[in-house]
Amino acid sequence: MVEKPDLQVSLGPKLSLANPIITASGTFGYGEEFQPFVNLDTLGAIVVKGISLKPRPGNPPPRIVETACGMLNAIGLENKGIDHFLQEKIPLFTNYKCPVIVNILGDSIADYASLAARLNDTEIAAIEINISCPNVKKGGVAFGSDPKMVKEVSEAVRKKTTKPIIVKLSPNVTDITVMAKAAEAGGADVISLINTLLGMAIDPRSRRPRLANVVGGLSGPAIKPVALRMVYQVAAAVSIPVIGIGGIRSVEDVVEFMLAGASAVQIGTANLVDPAISGKMVADLTSYLQQNQITAARDLIGAVET
Amino acid sequence: MSLLPCQLDHCPVSENKKVAPEIYRMAIKAPAICALARPGQFIMLRPGRINDDPLLRRPFSIHQIESDNLVILYRVVGRGTALMAGAATGDTVDILGPLGQGFNLADKERHILVGGGMGTAPLLLLADRLKQNTELIITIGARSKNELVAIDELAETGGVPVQVATDDGSMGHHGLVTELLTPLADSPATMVYSCGPEPMMRAVARVCQDKGWDCQVSMEKEMACGIGACLGCIVPKKGLNQGYHHVCSDGPVFNAESLW
Repeated sequence: MVEKPDLQVSLGPKLSLANPIITASGTFGYGEEFQPFVNLDTLGAIVVKGISLKPRPGNPPPRIVETACGMLNAIGLENKGIDHFLQEKIPLFTNYKCPVIVNILGDSIADYASLAARLNDTEIAAIEINISCPNVKKGGVAFGSDPKMVKEVSEAVRKKTTKPIIVKLSPNVTDITVMAKAAEAGGADVISLINTLLGMAIDPRSRRPRLANVVGGLSGPAIKPVALRMVYQVAAAVSIPVIGIGGIRSVEDVVEFMLAGASAVQIGTANLVDPAISGKMVADLTSYLQQNQITAARDLIGAVET
Repeated sequence: MSLLPCQLDHCPVSENKKVAPEIYRMAIKAPAICALARPGQFIMLRPGRINDDPLLRRPFSIHQIESDNLVILYRVVGRGTALMAGAATGDTVDILGPLGQGFNLADKERHILVGGGMGTAPLLLLADRLKQNTELIITIGARSKNELVAIDELAETGGVPVQVATDDGSMGHHGLVTELLTPLADSPATMVYSCGPEPMMRAVARVCQDKGWDCQVSMEKEMACGIGACLGCIVPKKGLNQGYHHVCSDGPVFNAESLW
């Protein structure tokens, strides 16, 4: 048995994580909500709730609906804006020992650039560019489905920050590798994928959509095979590190994503079901590596045998 | 104000019995949560043996604390509650709690509890915790006699008779529960605590406004996390375009005037 497996993974020259377990944006608040349940210091990193320049009220209710092995959400990126974030939340993060990654969202390229500029002087570990939210009219996925825009957003953020840039991709495109390559060409340090799959649910009795936004993003175990396939494709298409996201709720899932080519993973919807799961996953990964005679977690990356 | 909630996996079910058509009472051994729980707070529950489907926990208000046992009342409405109804003594459930902001036990001369249907559930623990030396009035409304729950327990715990209103007149006053409130004198200083269907609570809040009473209402929304992370369970703040309250973390109990 391997006594002390090495969990450390690299997300490029500027970002190294103690382990590959990251919490996904929008499913982990600002970390503080989860402190009763998980020791944040043990996590690889956390990605906090997406932030925009101006406060956003989000979409009207209902915003969530459970579906088979998953859920649809149309939160609409409710947040209090960058001013409030810098004042109230950034100081909170100094108490966390794990790296904090900030997810940003804009209605225009200028919005993304100015968010990146304002975050550049903070202690955050990296910026994740959200060009993949399916629940807002402007920005979000509108940027993420056009390779030219993906490249331009990445370049604009690159010019304004020395922090590592993660570009979070949408699965709601014909060929996700095109978007990944565009992000890489624009200066992205890391690609994360996938955001939610656009979906819908209708109440047959009322004949009305179950979400006020009509459509929403599907997440949870239901989307894992799709996410895994896309991670596999993207990891083969780019030379920068990839973070796998989509329906992960067990250490076996983590291993699958790493074998497919992910250097790290993000836990999303599973946090909503079991708020302690991210911490458990770090412990479970250690046991898994021990039991399977694997000396380093990074040995799993891209090791799928085809 | 609130102490940190706990995550307790594999809590044994002490009792799970049908108390009315489609309505069950489940007692769960969960000492750590029982020690912290206050009236109006809730738990998120998931039957222990399920994995991915149904995926999410379900929110339930805390009905009563019986030493180490936490009691909930639930109606079978979907897949999650149908699974719960099948739980036998000794089966386990995973729970998070106590969650949210409960009722503010006000320093008033008179307390009036107004429940509607399954909204009666959180009022039992409230009746239990309200000061005994003040006037307590309990009014409960339901569509029909067989949808009234926990009436005897409420009367016994509160030490006062429960006034009942049914839509079909099968028990008590034939009509709305608010019609039991309107004849009451405006004074003394009164706090009304209400839980039930939203139209009922809105009507209760209007009566309170007319009479100069303070009013707290307990809201219910579908939830995913129950701890303020997903921002799924919202109710609009009072006024136009004032943004939203989050039911799980700002509530579930709100001052009625912050909503309507």
